[in-house]
Amino acid sequence: MSKSVIHAIFDDEEPLMASAKTLRSQGIRIKDVFTPFPVHGLDAAIGVPRTRIAICAFIYGITGTCLATWMMWYMMVHDWPTDVGGKPSFAYYMNVPAFIPITFEATVLCAAHGMAITFFLRSWLVPGAKAKNPDPRTTDDKFLMIVETKAESKNNIESLLRAGGASEIHYK
Amino acid sequence: MQHESEIREPLILGHKSYHEISEDIVRPIEGKASKYWYMLLTVAILCFTWGICCLCYTIGTGIGVWGSNNGVDWAWDITNFVWWIGIGHAGTLISAVLLLFRQKWRMAINRSAEAMTIFAVMCAAIFVLLHTGRPWLDYWLFPLPNQFGSLWVNFNSPLMWDVFAVSTYFSVSLVFWYTGLIPDFAMIRDRQVKPFAKKMYSLLSFGWGGSARHWSRFEEVSLVLAGLSTPLVFSVHSIVSMDFATSVVPGWHTTIFPPYFVAGAVFSGFAMVSTLLLIMRKIYRLENYITIKHMEYMNIVIIVTGSIVGVAYLTELFISWYSGVEYEQYAFLNRATGPYWWAYAAMMTCNVVSPQLFWSKKLRTNLTFTFIMSIIVNIGMWFERFVIIVPTLCRTFITSSWNMYHPSFVDIGIYTGTIGMFFTFFLLFTRYFPVIAQAELKSIIKSSGQQYKEKHAHDHSHDH
Repeated sequence: MSKSVIHAIFDDEEPLMASAKTLRSQGIRIKDVFTPFPVHGLDAAIGVPRTRIAICAFIYGITGTCLATWMMWYMMVHDWPTDVGGKPSFAYYMNVPAFIPITFEATVLCAAHGMAITFFLRSWLVPGAKAKNPDPRTTDDKFLMIVETKAESKNNIESLLRAGGASEIHYK
Repeated sequence: MQHESEIREPLILGHKSYHEISEDIVRPIEGKASKYWYMLLTVAILCFTWGICCLCYTIGTGIGVWGSNNGVDWAWDITNFVWWIGIGHAGTLISAVLLLFRQKWRMAINRSAEAMTIFAVMCAAIFVLLHTGRPWLDYWLFPLPNQFGSLWVNFNSPLMWDVFAVSTYFSVSLVFWYTGLIPDFAMIRDRQVKPFAKKMYSLLSFGWGGSARHWSRFEEVSLVLAGLSTPLVFSVHSIVSMDFATSVVPGWHTTIFPPYFVAGAVFSGFAMVSTLLLIMRKIYRLENYITIKHMEYMNIVIIVTGSIVGVAYLTELFISWYSGVEYEQYAFLNRATGPYWWAYAAMMTCNVVSPQLFWSKKLRTNLTFTFIMSIIVNIGMWFERFVIIVPTLCRTFITSSWNMYHPSFVDIGIYTGTIGMFFTFFLLFTRYFPVIAQAELKSIIKSSGQQYKEKHAHDHSHDH
């Protein structure tokens, strides 16, 4: 029993959406879709779970808050308390209003960079990475759907895709 | 499919297909540069070079070559710093705040506005790094372990907050901008035939392919970065204003400074975006994407923020009188009628009076008038920072320290140099980078494109 990989190309996002829904309703798994721009609702239509990257950002942000708090406590209160302009550093809670700006900046710094780095590494978007789209036209104006299937059901899928408005079908 | 009312004017003119949008955005990169581009670049590089000469002279000799003196120790340098960083704020405002409000008109202008932010913050950084006097010791600004018994930096000081705020702002803006650029670089990469260009755009595009999973992460990252950048941009200029407001100098020691500085920053930044966009749409023929409607929206933001700035000026005057503190009253009297009265008059005219002309629809949709106004607003905002700094410091508590400030040729040279640097970088950006976020534009063509609007209106008329 051999496997078939179908690459279906669409000229517009509306037939692509409709075909994705038809295929999914028949229990056919869509491996991936490549589009020139974000098509809203497509990830739900092909069954991609919601990304958890925002949760990562929250955790990075909290880490930044803690790091900044610890840093300022250590440097200003613990290691070498100084008295500049009659504002002695006796305890962290006494100086905390003056520490809020930097605590905020550190939170944003860690959340933003942490999330961006996670996004690039998780999607393996790094300088020198090979282009991930199988057809170069998908960054311009074509929409490509990849379906992996058993060889015997490929004719059924092809007819569904053709009926759905696919302009080209390729087997890989 | 999202539907948008036909009453709203289309944001993309001409009957554009997805492929035509790609073609139009890539044209400045693949085509030959026009002679205007070369002319502007030459002038910008000449100014930039002259700025580098003045900068080297300053570093080699010391900041005594500036016009600053013992009384007026903050002058052009800090004026320029605040001016540039304020200009930068509009880029973040357009890309982050307008994204959170789902304003589609931002899509044609956010890329160049964010580029402007990055270049403006670089210009601002030059001034803060230089004004320390010994710029080779600038790493002392960061809390690094050192040989002075680990004598740490003072986190109670707003100047220290500024170090963290500006560096966070620069790096986060850069990441936000670059993340947005990746899909557009991939589009350019996929159509290149010349091997060198293909190699370069492959490197820049990080291997982006546009898979549904990546788009969903990409959108989440954009949204969260916008959510983080919005309070960030407000915090940065608030902290810049606290450099002044936490001092005990009359005229600076006011609680109105943070909101007043932020409004001023947005005001000058939008003006600078207008200047750049009007030049760019002309030399690259992007009239179908950066429409008169876009310029009108920007001008409306300029009226609003200009009016907030005007109210802030009047509030300052009222409060100084109402406070009953004679030093405070003198500080404002001195600004308006003292030796630098002309700077105050220029500020009031450019920032408070002139933007009110935009109430007329005829004027705010006139591109020549908008261009002239955008320059006037930026001159006005430069004078605002000058008025806050120089007239205040030349008339402080002790009359024996009263003196005048005159810029030296080095002050003027470095300032001209940063303008040159800004335009050099911006012109190179327009030549090699996609100046409009084409992937985003393709996603709104069906709700805001002219042909779809006309089709909807046509279908609608048949229903009756």
